Amino acid sequence: MTPHDSGFGPDLVEVFGPKHEDGGPELIQLLTPEGERVHHPEFDMDFSAEQLRGFYRDMALVRRVDVEATALQRHGELGIWAQLLGQEAAQIGAGRAIRPNDYVFPTYREHGVAWCRGVDPLHLISLFRGVDHGGWNPKDHNFNLYTIVIGAQTLHAVGYAMGMQRDGVVGTGDPERDACVLAHFGDGASSQGDVNESFIFAASYNAPVVFFCQNNQWAISEPIERQSRIPLYQRALGFGFPGVRVDGNDVLATYAVTQAALQRARDGQGPTFIEAYTYRMGAHTTTDDPTRYRLSTDVESWKLKDPIARLEVYLKRNGYAGDDFFADIAAEADAIGHTLREGTKAMPDPKPLDIFDRVYSEITPELAAQRDGFTAYLESFEGAVH
Amino acid sequence: MTKVTLAKGLNMGLRKAMEADDKVLLMGEDVGTLGGVFRITDGLQKDFGEDRVIDSPLAESGIVGTAVGMAMRGYRPVVEIQFDGFVYPAYDQIVCQVAKLHFRSQGRIKMPMVIRIPFGGGIGAVEHHSESPEAQFAHTPGLKVVTCSNPVDGYWMIQQAIAHDDPVIFLEPKRQYHAEKAELDESATPVPLFSSQLVRHGSDATLLAYGPTVKTAMKAAEAAAGEGKSLEVIDLRTLSPLDMGPVFDSVRRTGRAVVVHEAHVNLGLGAELSARITEECFYSLEAPVLRVGGFDTPYPASRLEEDWLPDLDRVLDAVDRSLEF
Ligand SMILES: Cc1ncc(C[n+]2csc(CCOP(=O)(O)OP(=O)(O)O)c2C)c(N)n1
Ligand SMILES: [Mg+2]
Repeated sequence: MTPHDSGFGPDLVEVFGPKHEDGGPELIQLLTPEGERVHHPEFDMDFSAEQLRGFYRDMALVRRVDVEATALQRHGELGIWAQLLGQEAAQIGAGRAIRPNDYVFPTYREHGVAWCRGVDPLHLISLFRGVDHGGWNPKDHNFNLYTIVIGAQTLHAVGYAMGMQRDGVVGTGDPERDACVLAHFGDGASSQGDVNESFIFAASYNAPVVFFCQNNQWAISEPIERQSRIPLYQRALGFGFPGVRVDGNDVLATYAVTQAALQRARDGQGPTFIEAYTYRMGAHTTTDDPTRYRLSTDVESWKLKDPIARLEVYLKRNGYAGDDFFADIAAEADAIGHTLREGTKAMPDPKPLDIFDRVYSEITPELAAQRDGFTAYLESFEGAVH
Repeated sequence: MTKVTLAKGLNMGLRKAMEADDKVLLMGEDVGTLGGVFRITDGLQKDFGEDRVIDSPLAESGIVGTAVGMAMRGYRPVVEIQFDGFVYPAYDQIVCQVAKLHFRSQGRIKMPMVIRIPFGGGIGAVEHHSESPEAQFAHTPGLKVVTCSNPVDGYWMIQQAIAHDDPVIFLEPKRQYHAEKAELDESATPVPLFSSQLVRHGSDATLLAYGPTVKTAMKAAEAAAGEGKSLEVIDLRTLSPLDMGPVFDSVRRTGRAVVVHEAHVNLGLGAELSARITEECFYSLEAPVLRVGGFDTPYPASRLEEDWLPDLDRVLDAVDRSLEF
């Protein structure tokens, strides 16, 4: 029986069109992989040369942070590292579209967004080094701690947005006042119950939240086809809010689309789903071996769509940046690399006794007794290093 | 005879179970093409096909919930939860459905499901990758909970768990996956699944351990022997039901017991063991049953994990306290 005989109408391909490896005609793009500026009827924008150079700088420096952290892991300084390689445009585009009052809920790979929020990369490193579970104060940056349980943060994002509604900071028309939430997650996460429930809640309360899904084509070894038979952004419609697919390797388009969606949320018009179509160029994490499940030819073809290279071409071709600019960025990257290496090695280890004080607002008597017992035990070792 | 790691023993055991019964299916995140993040299902999809080794969407409640339906349809699903800390999205399905369907259906529905969970710490991981949730499952009537501490047990116990008609939470000490190898004799007769094993004879005190702490206990016994103390070690292997016979026999002889687990001490397995030993062996006890385990805090960042986890010194400290009581 073909799907046509079923009485349920046309099949998936007829409804959604054939699968496009390149993101398909619905892909919103402002800068092609070749570095050509193209225009879009809905999301076009003018960018100043300074803004363009800023995007380049962000992406280049964040890539350096990533490369450096990967190297530190290889040298045994970090337990593990989740690489962002290839996803710089998606993260910088989104990260630069957020305003200070907005609040961000990241996964564990949002190093580029963390960068835009002013989180010291050494804080990211300390988490992956095993020094802490999240060392920055989220309130200082309006950037939540990394969440490792897949999808859990999307519900937190919606709840936070519901709080904003109640605080009267949505849809007032005052740009200084209005705010919204940006919720990050991956293609794999889109299968989790929590993520689907977050869509329901967001739609039900018209919450000021933007769901920003980086479809990097992989959830560890599982391709996107395992999670969805239709383009992810089209799911949004079923939940009752708009969805768009943007070229996640195009920082200009990602910025433009995210900015528009965030404004919609701040204006009180409710949630939007953005699928940033991109590619995880590296391994899932430093412990993963992608050669076991994907073709190097795929990686090669995505290399041609590199987010940084295309902006570099565009900047050079149009005279927006000269050799000095690129040399300066390279020097700045080297300095960051140095700071990270030194900072990592100088990072103090956490103290065993500290953990007891952090479980509750105030330590309970029984936990205090446990801590005191452990203190005495540690002291019983002569010349102990603790 | 071959020398195998725990990872290999489990892999061979899964293969055996799949050969023995074509109703056995594997399902989980990354278990197919990749062979699992720990490679426990390595090569199985290639040999048994995608219908029997199923890469699932990224949703633990989905994995366990659909496994319930497959079990109702006559299959024997073996699901993998990628890490201990990621079992909770499936917790509702496990506790309200997997555990209760036999009871609810007056025995008409069987749930021959195995839920494999790599557990325990010591691998330098980030949050949620090092936990010991066994008590949460052992506290749930309807579930059986077992854990293997070595390659040979891994090979046999996984097959026995799969052949068993009740749902089994199968805990695998991930730190041991690729550690020491052991001689595996596939023609041997395995000990029963729900039995505890005496793994070292001694006379001064009994160490009760399971999963990752068996190794710690054995090392502690070795070190104690150097100081003239003779420790008996029992590998519990089954946490629900508990097999208390060997434990009572041992404690009646030694008069002292120390329980060692990585899980938090508060309301952990040690509490139940201590209560039962006290109830049954009261007049043989020379000291209260002591517990050594993780502190009652969330699992710490990995640079503190060796302080947090019970180690040889903390076990010996407890042994001394027991002996000096
Ligand atoms: C609830 C839960 N299950 C499993 C995992 C293990 N895990 C970590 S990342 C990952 C894949 C996530 O894929 P995706 O959402 O596409 O994000 P990406 O890693 O590609 O950025 C998995 C299965 C987890 N962290 N949380
Ligand atoms: Mg992904």
